[in-house]
Amino acid sequence: MSLIDFAPPPPEAPYAALRAEVRAFLAETLGPDFGAPARARSWSGFDAAFSRRLGRRGWLGMTLPSRYGGHERSALEHYVVVEELLAAGAPVAAHWIADRQSAPLLLLHGTEAQRQEILPRIAAGTCFFCIGMSEPNSGSDLAAVQSRAEKVDGGWRLSGTKLWTTYAHEAHYMIALCRTGKSDDRHGGVSQLLVDMKAPGVEVLPIIDMAGAHHFNEVRLADVMLPDSALIGQEGDGWKQVMGELAFERSGPDRFLSAFALVTELLRVLAGAPDAGAQRAVGRLVAHLMVLRHMSRSIAGMLARGENPALQATIVKDLGTALEQEIPEIARALVPVEPSQESPDPFVLTFAHTLLAAPGFSLRGGTREILRGIIARGLGLR
Amino acid sequence: MTDLIAEMADRLFAAHSGNTGLWAAVEEAGLPFALLAEEAGGFGFAPAEALGIIRIAAGHAAAAPVAETVLANHVLGAAGLDPAEGAAVVATEVLPAEDGRLCGTLRRLPWARDAGTVVALTAEGRMLRLTAGWSIRSGSNLAGEPRDDLTFDLPLDGLTTAESPFAADTLLAMSAALRAIAIAGAAEAALALTVGYVNDRVQFGRPIGKQQAIQQNLAVMAGQTAAARAAADMVSEAFPLALSAPELFRLKAGAAKLRAGEAAGVCAAIAHQAHGAIGITREYRLHPLTRRLWSWRDEFGSEAFWAERIGAAVFARGDGGLWPWLTRTGEAA
Repeated sequence: MSLIDFAPPPPEAPYAALRAEVRAFLAETLGPDFGAPARARSWSGFDAAFSRRLGRRGWLGMTLPSRYGGHERSALEHYVVVEELLAAGAPVAAHWIADRQSAPLLLLHGTEAQRQEILPRIAAGTCFFCIGMSEPNSGSDLAAVQSRAEKVDGGWRLSGTKLWTTYAHEAHYMIALCRTGKSDDRHGGVSQLLVDMKAPGVEVLPIIDMAGAHHFNEVRLADVMLPDSALIGQEGDGWKQVMGELAFERSGPDRFLSAFALVTELLRVLAGAPDAGAQRAVGRLVAHLMVLRHMSRSIAGMLARGENPALQATIVKDLGTALEQEIPEIARALVPVEPSQESPDPFVLTFAHTLLAAPGFSLRGGTREILRGIIARGLGLR
Repeated sequence: MTDLIAEMADRLFAAHSGNTGLWAAVEEAGLPFALLAEEAGGFGFAPAEALGIIRIAAGHAAAAPVAETVLANHVLGAAGLDPAEGAAVVATEVLPAEDGRLCGTLRRLPWARDAGTVVALTAEGRMLRLTAGWSIRSGSNLAGEPRDDLTFDLPLDGLTTAESPFAADTLLAMSAALRAIAIAGAAEAALALTVGYVNDRVQFGRPIGKQQAIQQNLAVMAGQTAAARAAADMVSEAFPLALSAPELFRLKAGAAKLRAGEAAGVCAAIAHQAHGAIGITREYRLHPLTRRLWSWRDEFGSEAFWAERIGAAVFARGDGGLWPWLTRTGEAA
C-alpha cells in the first residue's frame, strides 16, 4: 500500500552546516529576550523586519530560479531552513504564506509578468500574501465557493466575501478562488485571480480570535476591478491549481512543530528533578517527534525528487496535529498550574497560548475529518 | 534489489502459509544470513533491505524464528564467530558464571526449543555461542509462539566465546528493533485484510466501507500503520549505529519500538471493530496478526519501558536543548 510507504529520507549530514548557520542567525537576530511565549506564537508572529532580514540572507524563495530573484537551492535546503525557523519559534507570519504556497503556485501557473513582478519581492521578504479560499458558506467544502468574477472589458469584476483570512490586513496580495464560468461539474468553472489588496472595493474587517488576537479577517470584495493580467493559470483550472496549492500548504514540517515551544518550556520546568512519570511522558513525546520527523523528511525527499507525496503528507498532518494537540494535555498532567494569559511565568503563558491555539491545529489547511476522508480514498474506500 | 528480495520473501512466506515446510524453505533461501556481508555468506544487502524480510514474514504471521536467527547470525558475525547451523536466538539477559561454571536461567527465549544455537553474554561482556548444555521449560506468548525458559549448568571451559562488540543493552535494543519491524508488517497485513473485508461486507444495502464512520476509523488505522512502518524504517536505517554509535542506536530503537507498539494497540482494536464477530473467530485469519501485535508490543520493552529510558536520556542531554539533540546525526560532525 503506497500511502503507508515512506521512501527513505535523505541523509542529514550534508545539511548540518546550513542548520548551524540558520541557528546562529536566529540566536543573534531573535536575541536572548525572545522567550517561550513569543516562540509559541511563531506562525502567528508578524514581523516584517525579520522577514526582510531572512530575505537578505537568501532564505526566502530559496528554490526559485535566480532570474526571479530566487536562490536555486534544493527543496531539502529549504526544508532545513523552515524546520529551524519553526523549532526556534521565529516570527514567520509575514512571509509564511507567500514563501510556502503563493510563490510555488505563481512559478507553476503564473504569467511571466506575474513572476517577474512578484517573485523577486517574495524572495526579498517584502511582499506578503493571504489565502483566498474560505468563504462564509465554503469551508471544508471548497467547491462551494460563491465569489464570482465577471469577464468585463479589459479585465474582471470580482465580488464576494472571503473569511478566516489570516493577515489579510498586512498582505499585499490575495490569491482568490472564485467562479468565472458556468459548469455542471462543481469543480469546473472556477479560477484563481491575483487580487491587489489596495484595489478599490477590497475591504478588510478584523475578526478577533478567542485568545484576543487579531489574525483572522473577513475580506469583502465589492465589484473589485482587476486587469486581465490578474488571472493565474488557465480560466477554469482553478480547482486543479488550488488542490496543488493545498498540497504545498500541507507538506511542510509545520505539521508537528506548532507546540514545540511548550515542549521546550516543559523540559525546562521539569529539568530539576524529573520523576519516572515525567521521564515517561517526555520520552514518549520525543519518540513520537523522532518518527514524525522521519516521515516529514521522507516527504521532503519525495518533493525534491519531483514525486507527489500528497497522501503521505495528509497522513503526517493528521498524526502531527493530533500530537500537537496532546502536548498541552501532557504539560498540564505533569505541571499543576492554571493556564493564564496574565501570568508573568513563561511556562504558564506558553501553556495558555498553546492551549488556546490548539483547536486550530486540526482545522487549518484541511480539517481532520477531511484529511481522513482523503486517506480513506487512498485506501480505496471512496 | 529491494524489490527482488521483497518479492522472493513474499512468495516464500505466502507459499507456506500453513507453516508446513516453512523453516526448511527459509533455510533453503538463505534468509537466516540476510544481515551478513557477502564474504561471510550473506547477500550483502543494506540492513534496511535485509530487515524487510522480517516485516514480510510478520505480515504472513509466519510461525518460524526468522527474526531471531537473522539477528543471531548478525551478532555472531560481528563478534567474529561462525554463524549458527539452523535456527538460533539471542538472549538479552546476561548469563551468570560462578566457580568456572555457567549457571543460570534465560527466561522466555523466543523459539528456544527449535534453536540449535543460543547466543548470550557473560557478565564480563564475552559473547557465548552455545549449542548444548541447557534444559528447557516450554512456554508461549499470547500468539502461541514458543517462549521457553532455558536453564544452564555447564563448565565454561571449552565453550566458544569472543569479545562481544555489543553490550547487553544494545542486544535488547536490537531485539526491540526487530519487534518494531515485525509490528509494522503485521499491522500492514491487518490493514489490508480489514480494507478487503469492509469492501466485501454488505449491510444496509451497501459495503460497510462506504460508511463514513468506518472510513474514518480505517483512516486512523492507516495513519498508525504508516507510523509503525516509518518507525521500522527509521530503526532499520539506523541498524549500523548499533556498532558505531550504540547510545544513539538504543534511543532510535527504543523510539521505534515505542511508536510501533502504540500503533499496534490502535490497529488491532480498529481491525477487530471493523470485522465484527468474524474477526474473533478461530478459523479467520485476523487473530494470528492481532495476537502477535499484542504480544510483540510488550516484548523487549513496552512503550512505558522505552519512554522512561528515552525520557531519562532527554533530561540528561546537557544544556544544548532538545532540538539540537533531536537533529544530531550520529555521524562525526
